[in-house]
Amino acid sequence: MTHVEDSTDSSDDDPTTGKGLFVEEDFDVDADVELGFEPAVSATGADPSAVKAARSRKPAVTSKRNSRRGLRRRLGAGAVLIAALVTMGGTYAAFATAGAPAATDNAADVAAGRQLYQTSCITCHGANLQGVKDRAPALLGVGGASVYFQVSTGRMPASGQGADQKRKTAKFDEAQTKQLAAYVQSLGGGPDLPSGSLRAGDIARGGDLFRLNCASCHGTTFKGAPLSAGKVAPSLNQATDEQMYTAMLSGPESMPIFSDNALTPTQKREIINYVQTLKVSKDPGGNGIDRIGPVSEALVFFIAGVGAVMAAILWIGAKSE
Amino acid sequence: MTANARRTGAPRTPAGKVAKFFDDRLNLAGPMRKQLNKVFPDHWSFMMGEIALYSFIILLLTGTYLTFFFDPSMADTVYHGRYVPMQNVEMSKAYESTLNITFDVRGGLVIRQIHHWAALMFVGAMLIHMFRVFFTGAFRKPRELNWLIGLTLIVLGIVEGFAGYTLPDDLLSGTGLRIADAIMLSIPVLGTWVSFLVFGGTFPGDLIIGRFYIVHVLVIPAILAALIGAHLALIVRQKHTEFPAPGRSEHTVSGERVFPIYAAKAGGFFFIVSAITCALGGLFQINPVWLFGPYNPAQVSSGSQPDWYMMFLDGSTRLFPSWEVRLWGHTLAPLFWPTVVLPGILLTLAVGYPFLEAKMTKDRLPHNMLQRPRDVPVRTSLGVMALTFYLVLFLSGGNDIIAKAFDISLNAMTWGGRILLLVAPPILYIITYRICLSLQRHDREVLEHGVETGIVKVLPTGEFIEVHQPLGPVDEHGHGQLAYAGTPVPKRMSQLGVGVPLRHIRGFFYPVKEKPEIQAAIDELEAAEADGQPARDEQHQLTD
Repeated sequence: MTHVEDSTDSSDDDPTTGKGLFVEEDFDVDADVELGFEPAVSATGADPSAVKAARSRKPAVTSKRNSRRGLRRRLGAGAVLIAALVTMGGTYAAFATAGAPAATDNAADVAAGRQLYQTSCITCHGANLQGVKDRAPALLGVGGASVYFQVSTGRMPASGQGADQKRKTAKFDEAQTKQLAAYVQSLGGGPDLPSGSLRAGDIARGGDLFRLNCASCHGTTFKGAPLSAGKVAPSLNQATDEQMYTAMLSGPESMPIFSDNALTPTQKREIINYVQTLKVSKDPGGNGIDRIGPVSEALVFFIAGVGAVMAAILWIGAKSE
Repeated sequence: MTANARRTGAPRTPAGKVAKFFDDRLNLAGPMRKQLNKVFPDHWSFMMGEIALYSFIILLLTGTYLTFFFDPSMADTVYHGRYVPMQNVEMSKAYESTLNITFDVRGGLVIRQIHHWAALMFVGAMLIHMFRVFFTGAFRKPRELNWLIGLTLIVLGIVEGFAGYTLPDDLLSGTGLRIADAIMLSIPVLGTWVSFLVFGGTFPGDLIIGRFYIVHVLVIPAILAALIGAHLALIVRQKHTEFPAPGRSEHTVSGERVFPIYAAKAGGFFFIVSAITCALGGLFQINPVWLFGPYNPAQVSSGSQPDWYMMFLDGSTRLFPSWEVRLWGHTLAPLFWPTVVLPGILLTLAVGYPFLEAKMTKDRLPHNMLQRPRDVPVRTSLGVMALTFYLVLFLSGGNDIIAKAFDISLNAMTWGGRILLLVAPPILYIITYRICLSLQRHDREVLEHGVETGIVKVLPTGEFIEVHQPLGPVDEHGHGQLAYAGTPVPKRMSQLGVGVPLRHIRGFFYPVKEKPEIQAAIDELEAAEADGQPARDEQHQLTD
């Protein structure tokens, strides 16, 4: 546990661990392949020797087939590339994650989350969140937002492999979900849970943003729609404020990520405000027939409308002759 | 009333005096008596066209009210009305005035909803009426012209409906308009010019709502009214068809006089249709444009469907493979086939069918008697085939909603629709054909052997036989002599006497009291039965 806190602390402090953060992702790719069969190996990315080993492995293999000059050139180019990427990544990390992880991170939550993780998640996501091949992806860097969305909507723990996970009754309560989120956040970083009220700002502007960014899948009346091959953009009827916000942050399933650069926190809150307000708004025109639109209207038309006029003509017809 | 005035010379009632005033000047009584004495046959299936007529009247009334408040302008404005979720949103004046009709005009929302439901009913009743005419052979000579007028009414009704659906300039209808533009653009060579002509430039421009408005409230309604007039005038001129029954012939019409019985019935039916449409308008929310938002070409919603009468085109677009043809440097868009060619073929088949059938059957005689669907199995099966084809397209138009509702993969829905579209119509053709033949055979069997009585008798030889009640006189083999005439045949003992017209005068769905002379006959039969004497001879006479 102390080890974990070290890594998060240092990433806050100096930009050099920005390198660590970046390289850790780089390492993660290798680790995924190799550790798929050995999930017990400890490799949280904070271990610099492992990083070096991983980095030096590739050139060592290629050197047997190439000339020294080629090798040197490659190494040189690789070094420049790595240096450039590290600089960029470090700079990005220093700026982008500066404000994010301050919210959670209380040691008790993380410890409790770790406990829950080890009883319910570890089978598929691995002891170190590195994922298990053919079972589940790595959770390093997905952030507390993603965990909160997946667990609070009941999608995780998953019921099985499929086109996508459907909403179901949540297995963990709100506190447990937040503990799990804190644990995953503490290990890999990433977009974290929002805090404060999630409804703010202009409803109408939220509506415009919703129609621009969300309606193409979820529909103007939040009814959801099927995507290709059995995937679904779910209805927002049951979604809570937190779930919508964390979904925008983490981009679950087929949904794109709406980072704070794409939709500012205020804009996200406006969208949530619009959706939640309209969801509970009454239908002034009578029964809203689920607000589906022309298809449900056609259903009502043929059953109630045509049914009634047919009954009427049968009635009149029965009285003739 | 007018007739009364003539007979007595000097009318005494105020109404009579008014009638005489006009009769003296316009000489109306003679022609009107002729029209009011016209006889109109009565059958439940003859009332489907009336539903369309009454919906049209409701549309005119509600539509006129809506024009008082609707502003068909695409000029930009910012909403400051009562509906908070649209505050300060940029929109067109058309959309703003629709919001105002919904939230500010007294009765605006319910009138708008009644108008929309009545529009669905108008097209729906026309289509159902068309299928009634088709399945009973009412389109045959001399009524082919009225069939063509009817088809024109349906096409115009669909265009009128689409124009009206577009007017609010909301996100849903704007998406529909965008698709309509794409359909125009898909026409080879002419496409671009057609689109420019309709929109006055590139889509969406700022003219289209104004143009659709004048088309919707003036041009098409005027043509519709004229064609409905012609449709009815042809019915009056050619007389209505009727089903064959004892005592009916190709040269006579039976039924109630237009005045007073038929007028009272039709008037009552108008109020029933109005009541149903108003109930729909008051109870079920339709086209909630305030939830959809104003049209913005950058935005689109999933689950964007047209109203039901356009949905078959949406379905054909969803099912048709995206085959793009490139010829001589030109691209033929895939949309062209399902949205221009396919409806073109469907309409051509419908237009040509009466003439095609006359050619195939070599039947060039005029017909005033209808046919029961079972008596023309090929036509009935073709109709069912067409209906199935249409239904698959129609359901595919909402296949995303169905996929979502029943948790089916959308791809499976599309492929299922494609397979059903090709496989289901022929299968239903065969099934319908067999059903028609079976129904015919049952009728023939009853004519030959009589109605099953349910009485099983043991002969002295030990053989069990069921006693049949013959419908008429029998020959030496005990077979009935009645010829197959395409009329309903009683299948149960309780149905004996169905051929006799004017049976009952009271009852909600079933008669509780018969006309006096028939009641007397029934009483006599019951008295005879009570005496222990079988009353079968009398029943023979009733069916003969």
